[in-house]
Amino acid sequence: MKLTCALSIASLAVCSALSLAQGGGVKPQELLKPLGNEWPTYNGDYTGKRYSSLAQVNRQTVKNLSLAWMSQLTPGMETPAPTINGRPPRAASPQVPFHVGGEGPGNINIRAGSIKGSVLAVDGTLYVTMPDNAWALDARDGHQLWHYYWKTKGGTHIGNRGFGMWNGYLFMETPDDYLVSLDAKTGKERWHKMIANVDEGYFSTPAPIIIGNHVLVGVGNDIDSPGFLQSFDPETGDLQWKFYTVPMQKGDPGADTWASLDAARHGGAQTWITGAYDPETNLYIFGTGNPTPAYTTGKRGDLDNLFTCTLIALDVDTGKMKWYFQTSPHDMHDYDSAQTPVLFDGMFKGKMRKMVATAARNGYYFTLDRVTGEHLVTSKYGTDTNWAKGLTPAGGPKRDPEKDATIAGSLSSPTSGGTTNWQPPAFSPVTGLFYTYEVNGFSLLYLTDPDPRGSMGLGGKEEVEVGSTGSFLTAIDYRTGAARWRHRFFNNRAIGGGGLLATAGGLLFSGDGAGNLVAFDAADGKPLWNTRIGSVSNAPQTFEMDGHQYVICASGDKMWAFILH
Amino acid sequence: MRHLHRYLAAGTASMVAVLTVLCCSPGLTVASAAGAQAPATSAFNQGEVRAAEDPAVVAHGKALYGINCQACHGSDLRGGDMGGPNLLRSQVALTDKHGELIVPIIQGARAAQGMPNLGLNDEDAGAVAAYVRSVISTIGGQGAPPGQKKVLDIVVGDATRGQTYFAAHCASCHSATGDLKGIATTFHDPVQLQSRWITGGAGSAQASTATKPTVDVTVAPGERVSGELVRIDDFLVTLRRSDGTERSFARKGTVPAVVVHDPMQAHREMLSHYTDGDIHDVTAYLVTLK
Repeated sequence: MKLTCALSIASLAVCSALSLAQGGGVKPQELLKPLGNEWPTYNGDYTGKRYSSLAQVNRQTVKNLSLAWMSQLTPGMETPAPTINGRPPRAASPQVPFHVGGEGPGNINIRAGSIKGSVLAVDGTLYVTMPDNAWALDARDGHQLWHYYWKTKGGTHIGNRGFGMWNGYLFMETPDDYLVSLDAKTGKERWHKMIANVDEGYFSTPAPIIIGNHVLVGVGNDIDSPGFLQSFDPETGDLQWKFYTVPMQKGDPGADTWASLDAARHGGAQTWITGAYDPETNLYIFGTGNPTPAYTTGKRGDLDNLFTCTLIALDVDTGKMKWYFQTSPHDMHDYDSAQTPVLFDGMFKGKMRKMVATAARNGYYFTLDRVTGEHLVTSKYGTDTNWAKGLTPAGGPKRDPEKDATIAGSLSSPTSGGTTNWQPPAFSPVTGLFYTYEVNGFSLLYLTDPDPRGSMGLGGKEEVEVGSTGSFLTAIDYRTGAARWRHRFFNNRAIGGGGLLATAGGLLFSGDGAGNLVAFDAADGKPLWNTRIGSVSNAPQTFEMDGHQYVICASGDKMWAFILH
Repeated sequence: MRHLHRYLAAGTASMVAVLTVLCCSPGLTVASAAGAQAPATSAFNQGEVRAAEDPAVVAHGKALYGINCQACHGSDLRGGDMGGPNLLRSQVALTDKHGELIVPIIQGARAAQGMPNLGLNDEDAGAVAAYVRSVISTIGGQGAPPGQKKVLDIVVGDATRGQTYFAAHCASCHSATGDLKGIATTFHDPVQLQSRWITGGAGSAQASTATKPTVDVTVAPGERVSGELVRIDDFLVTLRRSDGTERSFARKGTVPAVVVHDPMQAHREMLSHYTDGDIHDVTAYLVTLK
């Protein structure tokens, strides 16, 4: 665009009419809009619905959806182009600006990776991440505009869920627990801040979410450490507040649900999935992970172990908790409740309600009032879920201790991988349906560390997966929690894909666990279109550019873009 | 916390061991390069390179730990009878590099919180710290405690009840004197045997073909193509015919008619019906089939 302007003064008028040169930023107030032409934050908008108002691709037209481009991304330290007989190859590609950061010694160079997060689509540019790596791609053809590489100190490299964006700045987390801010136009690092200590077992995967002038940042950890959520200043990177998800001091809320303060302070409840934000109440709502040690009660006592496996609502400006609802009281199966909560308004028992819904890893679905946290609906959406018997007075599943890990083995469902996991769900206000994966896997769970002190981390058990009664795409009626329809996937053990996208075109996009990207009819789950691109590793997304509705997704290290032809 | 998708690249990362120079604060023992163990990556924290410890210092520290620390913190560092906390998950112990965090505590920095001054000099306290770090470096993946897994007896069921259950639910396909003869010899580990009979599948090599799904595709009225199922989704079914060649058919809804025969289906359907008691009884019976 700039080049065109330089060529001719006559074209200046055209240029200024289309003056949105690539690389523009995201103003915080733009994030308040429902999801439409761009994809400026992890879930597209704050509600977590992953429901796009775009309808060019719809039930009638989707048959004409086909490839616009594919782009393969190689993570790691760039090496000089190979030479042939001492000369560079004839068709040497133009050098992509490459920036290196990080505090590691530079001795770990991983040249393989997978895209398992959300891509930001802003102003004709896509911002894509893998652990330690980030790219800007031209959204029109997928070519790289820059590549940023972080030299790691270690930490679990399990995935990266993407960027947050505030004006022209990008924010990503690294496996060795830094928050890194980049300049979106150039990919150059602005600053990085340590957000946790990798030596304590912390590792960081979440996509930061920007709310006003807050960059909210979560962490993960498997050894017995406390979870927390932190808020940073987007300009300076200074810490604004830190909220611990387990009691850290005598008398803290929830302290009476642990046998000792020492147990609570090592109690887990990590914050590894980006939540949703309700501007009307200024509440940030997110789920927390499992208690530790995960599979043994030991010294944590028999009580609920707050605020593990809990949906928490925080005031964004103060970091103070407004309400909570525990979705897995006293978890014994590593059923993190770090799933994406979805905010929507709708009729419930004859009244308009402001609600939040979540389909938890433990096989249970919940609808709550999002202003007060009042419990409205609990249902067992994992058809063969068997680890609980009935509900607690608060509406959470009541754990059946006989389904904890035992020395002789207990057959429990779901597996520790869960009925669903990190994969984002979707919600369509048109159908009123909450869409989620549903895997009904079974494990034999053996207790291998019967020490009365309890084990540590995720240790002390051996889990043997012994089959599944089915893997589904399931559409849940938020008013009852009952499934309106279920579509069976052919790979009955694996989760269908990397998450879901619903659109105003009446479609639901997802991988199918068998190597296809599929468009389903959101009303009844009938498959309408597919393309075989390999295992879809993130949630499909959509945006509009040049009059085309693009549908994008990743399969491993490849980004794919589709438009109507 | 376990994400469903496993970390792809950890095993293949080109990880170059760095030369580790042990730092020392004044007064602490310096490990000699000759006596140092190779730098170790800790299993629970992928990629982290931990400094090598001098075995002689670690051994000295271990002895001092037994004398001074074990009663409160336990012989395995996971907390003891006298109420000392688990050191393996202690943020101080996890982050200590060369005694800078642990030594002051041994010397009384936390006396107010109940941790007494043990009266060890810098060198001895540093040796205890080195021992603690050496145990921390053996923490397992996902924070599992160090140490060998104990072999536990998982056979707790009643073999007679198991035989009755077997007769009622398994005997239509299986026989203790036929396909399952000697099953407890093939799978001598009861944990392996128990998971294997629940999943189903080959007990021996000759049975393996009977466990693979087959498929019938009706391509025209009265015309059916059958074979071993290669793959199937909503849009395509691929089969392998008896002559070894593959053939694919596009699928659209119910056309063509596709019927999959999966010998393992019965095993999967049983999953939601077993009680743990049924399982343990059947295992107790099957371990007798040697």
